Amino acid sequence: MIDFLITFSLTVLMILMVLNLGGLLLWVERKGSAVLQDRIGANRAAVLGKLPFNLGIVNTLVADPIKLFTKEDFVPPGADKLLHTLAPAIGLVPLLITFIVIPFGDVLIIGGREITLQAANLNIGILYVLAMVSLSVYGVVLGGWASNNRWALLGGIRGSAQMISYEIPLGLALIGVVLAFGSLDLQEITRAQGALIGGWIPAWGIVYQPVAFLIFLAAGIAESKRIPFDLPEAESELISGYFTEYSGAKQAMFMLGDFVEAIIVAGLITTLFFGGWQVPFLLRDGFHFPWGGTLALPSLLVTLLQVGSFTLKVLFFCWLQIMIRWTLPRFRYDQLISLGWKILLPLALANVMLTALIILLFE
Amino acid sequence: MDFVTFFALAIPLVVVAVMVIAHPSPVYSALFLVMTLFLLAVYFLFLNAHMVAALQIIVYAGAIMVLFLFVIMLLNLQSDTLRTQRHGLGRVAIIGGVILLAELGLLLQGSSSELAESSLPENFGTVEALGSQLFTKYLLPFEITGILLLVAVVGAVVLAKR
Repeated sequence: MIDFLITFSLTVLMILMVLNLGGLLLWVERKGSAVLQDRIGANRAAVLGKLPFNLGIVNTLVADPIKLFTKEDFVPPGADKLLHTLAPAIGLVPLLITFIVIPFGDVLIIGGREITLQAANLNIGILYVLAMVSLSVYGVVLGGWASNNRWALLGGIRGSAQMISYEIPLGLALIGVVLAFGSLDLQEITRAQGALIGGWIPAWGIVYQPVAFLIFLAAGIAESKRIPFDLPEAESELISGYFTEYSGAKQAMFMLGDFVEAIIVAGLITTLFFGGWQVPFLLRDGFHFPWGGTLALPSLLVTLLQVGSFTLKVLFFCWLQIMIRWTLPRFRYDQLISLGWKILLPLALANVMLTALIILLFE
Repeated sequence: MDFVTFFALAIPLVVVAVMVIAHPSPVYSALFLVMTLFLLAVYFLFLNAHMVAALQIIVYAGAIMVLFLFVIMLLNLQSDTLRTQRHGLGRVAIIGGVILLAELGLLLQGSSSELAESSLPENFGTVEALGSQLFTKYLLPFEITGILLLVAVVGAVVLAKR
């Protein structure tokens, strides 16, 4: 019973964290774009038009959702009502439950009970992430089709082709990492990254697999449909692509889905390439510096440091994706497809072959 | 898998599988097929075959069916265009169905009691177990399947270059 409660609360905690971070990223996106473009950005929310001072962050965190949820929920004539309503949920739900396999800390010891800070410890680990991300494509495809709108249909078709194309380099980049660490379980991969190369370099995934990291970052941004890969929702060509005909809460779900995907990409990059919850030289009983000398820490503090390290890294990669979005222009569609199939795919294949060869030769 | 779980999964599975061929709209048919494949994956989960379940979702539900939908939308297939093309296939379908039923009956006769009682090995259905089986005992079928897929890819490229 207690085990079930622990798993249950961890799962709920992860889903709530992802949802909240998604909302927060909306603010980071608006404010960050303003900073990059030398604007002030969203900075005020006047309650009943009477509040004299600046509410900045409250604007996007409270006023925006209230606005979205109280808007008219419009279904265009001729649209398929059932699928039009289901599509945002089909897109969002698989993404929300993806994060439960990502470990955000080592173990938390409460009253002699060791709790692994990972909501679901699956043998198939990374494959679960791939399965859920591949299911979320249906939200885009069905949203585009059910709207009975040509722009939306074009967006949906672009989205399905793009996401299928970039799933392949994404998966192949992951194979390189799996080969390097010899496990599909994300917690085991993270633990393996606590080792030191030559006594002082942390054995993070990026040291073993720098090429895989670049491929994964590019393919990951393409999966979350953000600039420079935002062809499915390209505003200047397709109005808003597959969610042109959506309003109110359903549109908010699509928007949130994109941010959740960005968080998943950030979480996976952190876990696979940047040591996950690992802090350099921090073991379970405290710091062990390579130049000799140790600093013993209580186990609760170690756990807190690990969770903090994971959160910081995830936030950094979310921020990096937003910066990329507001720095680069959009690809043309043929460029997008040829980048995926002619550059990223051969590169990822070569990376897998090379990694396998090196492992075969040296072990 | 106990009695209740089996029927809780089997009845919806059969219903959605029938809906694949019964629904007039091609898009809905494709979606019911996705649901069929998804429920099959849940089946595999209950049978401790986690790896197969994940592959089922990644390959079939997540990739192949998206391409099906893609083609249906691209060609803009309506419900009535497919109606007229069904003639003549009924008899073939009946013969095929009878053969399938006969095969299933033969299979059940041979090994039903044996299957129910055998217990699973230690790491059944894990990635390691499946992988080592694929690359040792079933290496030849595995490689042949790989070549078959390669041929299909080459064929697609040749057709696209025309």
